[in-house]
Amino acid sequence: MDLLGSALAVSAIIFSLGVAGVLLRRNAIIVFMSIELMLNAVNLSFIALAQQLGPEGQVFVLFVMAVAAAEAVVGLAIIIAIYRHKQTVNLDKINLLSG
Amino acid sequence: MGMAIDVTTPGGFVLALLPELVLTCWMLVLLVAVAWRHRDEGDQQMAGQLALMGLVSTLLVVLWMWVKGAYPETLTGMIALDGFRYATSAIFLIGAILVVMLSLGYLGRERILVPEYYVLVMLAAIGMLFMASGADLIVIFLGLELMSMAIYVLAGIDRRSAFSAEAAVKYFLLGAFASGFFLYGIALLYGATGTTNLTQMHYQIVTLGLETNLMLLAGIGMLLIGFGFKVAAVPFHMWVPDVYDGAPTPITAYMAAAVKAAAFTALIRVLLHALGASDAVWMEIILWLSVITMIVGNLIALAQTHLKRMLAYSSIGHAGYILAALASGSERGAAAFLFYILAYTLMTLGSFAILAAVGTRGERDVRIDDLSGLASRRPWMALAMTVFMLSLLGFPGTAGFIGKWLVLSAVVSADQIVLAVLLVIASMVSAGYYLPVVMAMYMKSAPSEDAHSGSGLIGAARWVVGIAAVLLLLLGVWPNRVLDMAADGAEGLRPAPTRILTD
Repeated sequence: MDLLGSALAVSAIIFSLGVAGVLLRRNAIIVFMSIELMLNAVNLSFIALAQQLGPEGQVFVLFVMAVAAAEAVVGLAIIIAIYRHKQTVNLDKINLLSG
Repeated sequence: MGMAIDVTTPGGFVLALLPELVLTCWMLVLLVAVAWRHRDEGDQQMAGQLALMGLVSTLLVVLWMWVKGAYPETLTGMIALDGFRYATSAIFLIGAILVVMLSLGYLGRERILVPEYYVLVMLAAIGMLFMASGADLIVIFLGLELMSMAIYVLAGIDRRSAFSAEAAVKYFLLGAFASGFFLYGIALLYGATGTTNLTQMHYQIVTLGLETNLMLLAGIGMLLIGFGFKVAAVPFHMWVPDVYDGAPTPITAYMAAAVKAAAFTALIRVLLHALGASDAVWMEIILWLSVITMIVGNLIALAQTHLKRMLAYSSIGHAGYILAALASGSERGAAAFLFYILAYTLMTLGSFAILAAVGTRGERDVRIDDLSGLASRRPWMALAMTVFMLSLLGFPGTAGFIGKWLVLSAVVSADQIVLAVLLVIASMVSAGYYLPVVMAMYMKSAPSEDAHSGSGLIGAARWVVGIAAVLLLLLGVWPNRVLDMAADGAEGLRPAPTRILTD
């Protein structure tokens, strides 16, 4: 398998691991880490594709990293806010609003 | 003809981004103002009024560009200059203006003292404007993230409320999860076509014959999952009731109206403009999404006893109707969408304004039965709520009817008769939860003497309800002018399939 193909395959596997982490884990911090894993898997795809398709993909990766950093700031602040109310970050115990 | 803008020159670029720049400048001014004065309710009122001025002046800039008919000299810029952008931008700004007016009294009553609130509302509006103006997936992605992040914070802005914090956590985790899918979809589309520019993507697909390329199809699928979460289509809707329920009511209205409209706007531009050549694939998916969204949203709404949750589920049903317009895959459908979201923004904001007014002891707890006898105590409020409910239902004489009729005619002209029939049935089912609200207000007597003594519209919220109700009736009986504007806004959204790339 060529380099591009294997890079895309690895990226798809990491992305799936991230999705599995979001769906299976109940700790808000770990769910958030899984989401970061998804974003970085996509970054790997962009970089691999940019090797053939020109610099647009690399530019995109820089934007994604900036967005992910901003998302971490907002997300961790929100998780701290819920911890102050509930003394836990377990998503199964955060259930005042029953869906 | 209109005003040609050469986006390759700095001056032209500034002109092309004028609404975004104006709003950003106002936002920065407001940020400095609230960093300087943020001690009491008076400072917060000042922040709200500054935000209002910023949003109104941006709306004027957008309308000016639309009247001037600004269009780009080159085909493949990152910023779209077309009627669709101006029309949707104007609708988002109207939504944001009404939300700020609603918040002026609400924040004071609930004793929420956070003047940054208005900065975040404006930041979200800037994100929406970028989603409307993005002709490149990078711009659309950044606009989406800017909007979403401001809304995550706004959902949890009431720091004393555990409900608000819980809504923020749920919205944040699912929103970021959806962004991951959205981004992966972009990466796959980029991999298949070699570009993130929507116009170039269309020509690449046509010239290279990529209509059913596997990577492109996977990209479309991922993109639709991401958008599905943002527009709250079934089966990606499970966050909606909880988040709408827990967030402060003006923010719920903002999420249900403007945020959803912005996500739909970007979705329509991507599907019609960039992926129009593969429409056979996505029209089928959108059709089924629309069908299950209409059915599930309306059926669960029937079972709700609390007004806020009922409105949350009804907004899912409305996402289904808008998806039906999109399933027609035509500019006619896009025009129907434009009219529909204008009406939808007005009726949603109006009904949430009434909810905030009657929910003086916490709007989460307002049951539909609690509205009993409102008509005798607060006749004008009950009348306005009746207008909103009938418009949401799609009753003739209101803007909601014209909107649904436009969607229906777009669906029928695309020969999707089954979808049209389901849409009518879903609308009839929705009478089962809109009409009980009207019945409670007019046909039941108030449970006690002082039942509605505390409820009342505060300050500018009165204007929100008044403007929304009058506009809905006006658009219901005299829609011609706005219909022309909607048709104008949707024109040229689908690029001609045969045109050759010129640069």
